[in-house]
Amino acid sequence: MIPLCLYRQVSERYWQGSGEEKKDEAPGGSHVPGDQPAPLGSQTNQQTRASEKKKKYKAAERHGKKAITRVCQSACDDHHWNTRIIAESEITEKESARHDQLLLQEDAGFLEGDEDEDTCTISQEDIADAVDITAGAKYFNLNLSQFGPYRLDYSKTGRQLLLGGRRGHVACLDWQTKQLLCEINVMETVNDVKWLHSEAMYAVAQKKWLYIYDSSGIELHCIRKFNDVLRMQFLPYHFLLATASATGFLQYLDVSVGKEVAAVGTKAGRLDVMCQNPQNAIIHLGHSNGTVTLWSPNQKEAIVKMLCHHGGVRSVAVDKTGTYMVTSGMDKKLKVFDLRSFKPFQSYFLPAGASSLALSHRGLLSAATGDIVQVYRDVWNTPVKKPYMAHKVHGAVWGLHFCPYEDVLGVGHGEGFTSMLVPGAGEPNFDGLDSNPYRSAKQRQEWEVKALLEKIQPDLISLDPGKLSQVDYATFKQKHQDKVKVLGYDPLARDKFKPRMRKKGRSSTGGVIRRKNQVAHEDKRIIITTLKEKAESAKERKKNNNGQTSAVRSALDRFKKRAAP
Amino acid sequence: MAKILKKNKVSTKGTKKTLNKNTGTEKTPEKSSSAKRRERKRKTVGKLKGTLKTTKKSPIEKLDLDNVDEDELLNEGEEIIPSEDEGGSDDDRKHQKLLEAISALGGKKKRRLAERSEATIQISEFSVDAKGEGEKINLSDLIQTIAKTPAVSAQTKSHLKKLKLEEKTVDSPLTKPETERIQRNVAFQKSSEEVSRWQSIVKQNLKAEQLVFPLNQEAPGPKPLEQVVCGWKARTPLEQEIFRLLSVNKQPINDPVLTPIEEESLKAMSLEDAKIRRAELQKARALQSYYEAKARRERSIKSKKYHKVQNKAKRKEFVKKFDEMLKSDPVSALEELQKLELGRMKERMSLKHQNSGKWAKSKAIMAKYDDGARKAMQQQLEVNKDLTQKLATTLSDEEGEDDGETSEPDMLPDFVNEVEPGQDPANPWMRGQLSKDPVDLTEPSVPETAAAVLISEDEEEGPEETEEEGLLRGFAERRKQRQEQEAENEAAKNQDMEVMTEENKAGAEKAVASHDAADADIADDDEEEEEELSKFTNLFQELKDSRMEAEASAMVAEVSEPECAQLQQAMFRIKSLEDMDLLDQEEQADPAEPNAEAPQPAPLESKGADKKRKRKRGIDLAEVLTKEATVINVPLAPTAVEGAEGAAHGQEEQRDVIKEAFAGDDVISDFLKDKRREEEAGRPKVVDLTLPGWGEWGGQGLQPSKKKRRRFRLKTAPPPPRKDGGLASVIISEKRDSSVSMHQVGALPHPFLLPEQFEVTMRAPVGATWNTRQAVKKITMPKIVTKVGAIIQPMSRDDLLKHSRKQEEEGTAGEPKKRKAPQRKRSQKRHKKTKN
Repeated sequence: MIPLCLYRQVSERYWQGSGEEKKDEAPGGSHVPGDQPAPLGSQTNQQTRASEKKKKYKAAERHGKKAITRVCQSACDDHHWNTRIIAESEITEKESARHDQLLLQEDAGFLEGDEDEDTCTISQEDIADAVDITAGAKYFNLNLSQFGPYRLDYSKTGRQLLLGGRRGHVACLDWQTKQLLCEINVMETVNDVKWLHSEAMYAVAQKKWLYIYDSSGIELHCIRKFNDVLRMQFLPYHFLLATASATGFLQYLDVSVGKEVAAVGTKAGRLDVMCQNPQNAIIHLGHSNGTVTLWSPNQKEAIVKMLCHHGGVRSVAVDKTGTYMVTSGMDKKLKVFDLRSFKPFQSYFLPAGASSLALSHRGLLSAATGDIVQVYRDVWNTPVKKPYMAHKVHGAVWGLHFCPYEDVLGVGHGEGFTSMLVPGAGEPNFDGLDSNPYRSAKQRQEWEVKALLEKIQPDLISLDPGKLSQVDYATFKQKHQDKVKVLGYDPLARDKFKPRMRKKGRSSTGGVIRRKNQVAHEDKRIIITTLKEKAESAKERKKNNNGQTSAVRSALDRFKKRAAP
Repeated sequence: MAKILKKNKVSTKGTKKTLNKNTGTEKTPEKSSSAKRRERKRKTVGKLKGTLKTTKKSPIEKLDLDNVDEDELLNEGEEIIPSEDEGGSDDDRKHQKLLEAISALGGKKKRRLAERSEATIQISEFSVDAKGEGEKINLSDLIQTIAKTPAVSAQTKSHLKKLKLEEKTVDSPLTKPETERIQRNVAFQKSSEEVSRWQSIVKQNLKAEQLVFPLNQEAPGPKPLEQVVCGWKARTPLEQEIFRLLSVNKQPINDPVLTPIEEESLKAMSLEDAKIRRAELQKARALQSYYEAKARRERSIKSKKYHKVQNKAKRKEFVKKFDEMLKSDPVSALEELQKLELGRMKERMSLKHQNSGKWAKSKAIMAKYDDGARKAMQQQLEVNKDLTQKLATTLSDEEGEDDGETSEPDMLPDFVNEVEPGQDPANPWMRGQLSKDPVDLTEPSVPETAAAVLISEDEEEGPEETEEEGLLRGFAERRKQRQEQEAENEAAKNQDMEVMTEENKAGAEKAVASHDAADADIADDDEEEEEELSKFTNLFQELKDSRMEAEASAMVAEVSEPECAQLQQAMFRIKSLEDMDLLDQEEQADPAEPNAEAPQPAPLESKGADKKRKRKRGIDLAEVLTKEATVINVPLAPTAVEGAEGAAHGQEEQRDVIKEAFAGDDVISDFLKDKRREEEAGRPKVVDLTLPGWGEWGGQGLQPSKKKRRRFRLKTAPPPPRKDGGLASVIISEKRDSSVSMHQVGALPHPFLLPEQFEVTMRAPVGATWNTRQAVKKITMPKIVTKVGAIIQPMSRDDLLKHSRKQEEEGTAGEPKKRKAPQRKRSQKRHKKTKN
């Protein structure tokens, strides 16, 4: 299964700037001195070159006419081709929008307080009392004070819960039915726990090595290559388990074949802050010098390094669309970054500083300050003044996780585990082919086979997930240059506009420039004007709709001339 | 013969001449080409006839008649000569000599090559003279006799004349390949014409989303009975509506040829009316053409002086008109004003009149010596100055106001901050300038401001939140100090102020009035303005009374009324550094209160303070990091018991905490160093290829010369700009990730010509997994569908006809628009030109 986001790139981007990317990509080694031709070109060489040139020129002349006609033709074809493609993408968009409107009727509702009542003062008990019995049952506490603070992980479908106590207690359970699947004590420090691709296997980062258990608690593997692991992330579409260790290594384990894919020495000391970008499978690491680094298994150095905080980074989270990153640091700040431009969006000051962060499917942020769990709504757009919800748990919070497809926030703390109700947190519409919370064992098996077949190779992890669908501009340019060399002319070149020579002094320099300017960037201008027109017409339509909702629309109204813009 | 010749000598001069000519011409043919000869003969014949006619008409000159006879005789004699020659070649030779002698007498001495004749030609054994062997018998030779014989009818004569004139040989037939080529060409043209008729239909079919073969088939299955019986009926609401309209307006429904009204009007229009109308149209057209011609004439006048005078007159007229417009139609006057402003903008943007063109450069060279050139350049600059001069009224007024306000910097009138109506309100530059001024103004008045600025900047750079209370205290103290000072100032001025406010009122009113006069919307806005003004003066009073900025801002909030939205907006703009402090304080004091304005001042504040810092350093990370944060307070206080966790673990944690806490001290400098290192690594290195001692003295301690080093140092082109160029706190790796490129496409597959096309297709997924069923169906629709078992006939001519008819219908609807558009443009252009 390939993530939707990999392909869900609307054609807008096409309009906006593929040219830019080209520019960025193209001159890979142009400034490397070795690539330049030898400066001391011999005479004979030059002669032969000259003769070659002549030949080429002749060839070009011969081909000239053909080339021109071909280009003209291609321009015609281009137009047709482009319109068709655009039409297709429009069709798909429209259809999917219609589909979404029709079928995805569920919407997230949020808590609404009475007048002068803050939603953050509403207690969990009140909510649990108010909601229906099945939803109310989702608020519960597990009192596990013996084995210290707990980390937790929900499976991808959100049905199973994995708990890992720092002092060795590992338990997995179907948290909705409260049915215990297995419970073991590994008799070692447990740093982190993580479900693998399905609820049949999970990984436990123990004091020394990384272990893999199955859902009945049987130890399947002990992976000695992965030592001193502190945090783990599982990339579901790549079947990769990414681990960050105390020795400063970021390692990737392919769980489908059991091989280490990459081991990257980050040279940044202890790595105990980690998260993944669900959109492009990039791993984010937080460091004690206030930086957050972005990693892929293909590059030995950080793709991006951002300075986010004055003090060390305590926690990082990335939203589902891969647009926003939320970080919290020792300087008690909570910051929101735009991952497209790597610019800070918002900055908040939390009195106690957030020790761990989690983002839900619908963009709710939970931050734990000491033993208080706060949930914020929409932190990126408007500056938030107060939390949406707040809840006090027993003991310092150690792990935070939103349950997928449920309005539930799981909190692992010193005294065990708390399952909180957070209205509006989960995505109400799940994709049955991707992760179905209600799937049967048979469906799970089938899904597993399909997912394995559609596994994405680790090579394809990069900042831009749509990169695979792009042309490799470096090679393309090289090949094109070779072709030009062979043919003697550029088949893709468009002839420049050459203003006609006018007599009697009417072809002055200024005039020529003006005439050139009249046709310069015509393609871009067309696009811009069409976009503008579209926007304007949409606006007007809206206005008209607002005005005419009361009046009865006649069938002939469609022919009414709209007010000129 | 000799006798005749003698007679000739005696004859009158005129005829003699002709004779001479005749003889001369008669002789030459033997030499010249046949065509020439023919021509000349024609001439002579003509002339002879002419003389004939004249002699016939004038019987007085009998001599002439004789002459003519002689001439004719001569002519005849010439014809006869060959027959005489039969006698002996000796005679002949003599005769020739004689002739030559005669021709020599005529004065025209033509050098003639001595003719050499072969004996065989002269003397034939078959007694056949070979003279004139190379000649052909011409028509004229034969006709000459006819001309004389009266028996030949005039008609035949004229026919013959014509024939003579049209002496043309029939062209030889073309060669075979040539004829074939022509035939092929014609055939190609014909067939291409035939084929091109099909082109549009073929194109359409190519472009069609889907083609269902057989084409043009009717819907299968039996037709519903109603349809067959009663044909077509209006069903949809649109159709019903249209039919209702048609019936109401008495429009023909079934056979739409002419409506009754149209018919009536047709009848009503008599011939005279039509004539009058036509005359009107003609007149209009003529007038237009006159005007056009006039405009063209004026435009083509090259005199600069003329144009100057013309322009001046125009300008005067415009000003007059504008003044009138101010009174009568202020809205359009405002538009005019905006147009002027736009013109100014354009002038400022362009390089026109900047003395930077080709002409100016040439003049600049000449300017040293040529007074005229200097003057011309100066004139240009003046023109530029004139055009770029800002409209004096608005600005000067405001400046005056500003000057007046320097005495009380804390109470800036708010319409200084107000957006100028004349200018584009969306233009941030206009606003920025004005809002910046007050801040500058505060500096001279308060002695500590310089220090304050520094401190406030420090405060922004440093981590605010950690030492908030300290800062707060600092702010409070500073504010107190300033207030005290102000209080002193105010006490001194207090008495003056009473008077001042009155004056201010009047002055401000005046200012506003003049301001408006310039911007020309007095008539409409006057009342509003006055209202605003009164509010403004009220505010002044209040400000003076209270002397507390905090209260002032609160009051501003109170005054918020819908009509003075602009005023209100201006009020929130920060007026001095104190306001900034104040805002900070407010934030600290009650952050929990929903403060909608909080995000607004923040960027402004940073902008104001940033300017200096930016001058100091290109990038300031501290600023990025200390971007002021929104403070969140939580209803529940966290329990501050950290010891709850395990002791051993706690220790470790604490150590980490300490380490991390102190790591932050030089975080920024470390990061900057990192970034710089990265940038350095990305920069291409200079390759030095100098060989010491090559071509000059070498050895220890001898450096190769600078010139040489410069020559052999290879500099590579600068790398493309870094992706993180504008981001101070980000390092983006510039290394190429080749792992993905292994799977990417390096060359475009077949149908694609441009990489963008390919990318678009790749981006839009086709599969059913990512699309709805409908969309997939539409996207993957086959281009050609054939009905099983149906015979697909080739397209017939009928289809072509149908298609063309359809196109015509469409064309009548759609084409004219397309054609009209460029025409309109052209006419507009022309219009513009004439305007200029």
